[in-house]
Amino acid sequence: MRKSTLFLWSILVQAIVLGLLLAHAAVSENASQGSLAEKAELVKTLKLTDLCLFTEARYTRHLSQADLNTPFQDHPLSLEHFPSGSFTQPPPGITQRP
Amino acid sequence: MKEWIEKQSYIIDFTLSSLLRRKVKNFGLLALYTLIVFILASVMFFTYSIKKEASLILKNSPEIIVQKVMAGRHELFPASHVEALKKIRGASSVQPRLWGYYFDSYAGANYTLLVPPLEDETPPTTGKITVVENEEGSAAKPAQPLFRFHGAELQPGTLIIGQGVARARNTAPGDFMPFRAMDGTILNLRIADVLSSESELVSSDLILMTEDDFRKLFGIGKEFVTDVTVAVSNAREVTTVAAKIVKILPDSRPIVRDEILRTYDSIFNWRGGMMIVIFSAAVLAFVIFAWDKASGLSAGERREIGILKAVGWETSDVIQMKFWEGAVISLTAFFSGVILAYIHVFFTGSMVFEPALKGWSNLYPHFALKPFVSLEQLTTLFILTVVPYTVATIVPTWRAATIDPDSAMRNTGE
Repeated sequence: MRKSTLFLWSILVQAIVLGLLLAHAAVSENASQGSLAEKAELVKTLKLTDLCLFTEARYTRHLSQADLNTPFQDHPLSLEHFPSGSFTQPPPGITQRP
Repeated sequence: MKEWIEKQSYIIDFTLSSLLRRKVKNFGLLALYTLIVFILASVMFFTYSIKKEASLILKNSPEIIVQKVMAGRHELFPASHVEALKKIRGASSVQPRLWGYYFDSYAGANYTLLVPPLEDETPPTTGKITVVENEEGSAAKPAQPLFRFHGAELQPGTLIIGQGVARARNTAPGDFMPFRAMDGTILNLRIADVLSSESELVSSDLILMTEDDFRKLFGIGKEFVTDVTVAVSNAREVTTVAAKIVKILPDSRPIVRDEILRTYDSIFNWRGGMMIVIFSAAVLAFVIFAWDKASGLSAGERREIGILKAVGWETSDVIQMKFWEGAVISLTAFFSGVILAYIHVFFTGSMVFEPALKGWSNLYPHFALKPFVSLEQLTTLFILTVVPYTVATIVPTWRAATIDPDSAMRNTGE
């Protein structure tokens, strides 16, 4: 087989695989409606406010409920030192005061 | 048309043979290029999915949370203030919440302890909440509610725990879990049930307990609650109600739902610490690629162009050859990188990011992200990676291909 044919086939196969993965995303999105509704219902029933992503500090566990002086909440020189702090930003309510 | 296709096929044949002559360099380039696309696409898939899921789940969070603030810190809210809040016009319901944190020195993990709120005055949208697994531990099927949860089932002396807590303590329904109360006594509470693994993204570290047990554990009197939720009948009045709350209770801090949603919209923002490190590393690596290509051709490549022109290739043919060289590498890298990133984020649970995301926490939720993909972002990634590289390959070639073949072959310098 010619090298050009081989290359074009490989690109075509990769494009098809990517297309299938995008189709998988679309199908999963529809299929996951039940699970999302269940989580949303739990949030409503328990009156939850945050995702459980980082449990290492209270201001990373409940990002939206963080104190206004986060992360200097324990003492004035308590600089941010948790790894998850590098993924998140302060809530808009803190950074964008009127 | 057939002629044109045939000509391009021959040029691609030649290009591939030329690339394979410098196997190590070009495979190294391809691997690095794929890695850059993989990292960028993984970050893109992960952040978009988690933001989208957060917006869908948290749209049901309380409209307004009212905290009491003392000396810059969140303090316990006096229960007597609840009545004042109920009098605000526009507030349809005011409910106290009791929740807190407990550090478990045995597991080295932080838990969120929560007293399930009393049933809302407004009827729930569905009559069932299917969030609990049965005692055998098998996953709850959405159509089969195993636990009707409205606070009533939770008996004094029992707990309902999240999956993360069950993993951290290696416990199951029926086991007892000891807690050290504020007065030094040990509270032994029985695990009644486990929240479903489907809901881990919001419930992994949760421990649900009764109000009496919670107050006994933390020594909080009946006159205090942790904070208060306020439901507003008209969504457009939320800001007005929040302003009224501050007016009535100047030491309070209302947090509206919109702020909660915006918090998760800005999470993993590219301007954030780790994100900017990842992006700048990827961009820097890419700039080095492009610079290497755009700054000129090697003496060998220049000689190759000279020979091609001497044997009758047109300048346009040489440029087409170099276009295909760029396209072969960038297209292969783009497709491989994106496919690998999709598998990484949605099939392996972002295993590359996991150690960084876990941080120092011993309790980390095991959740499978729902694959939400933004075609707009994918197109942007394509334009930002494939186009500049291909263009960067053509420009120096055009300069070399326009000079005399004789001088191109003479000044090899090799």
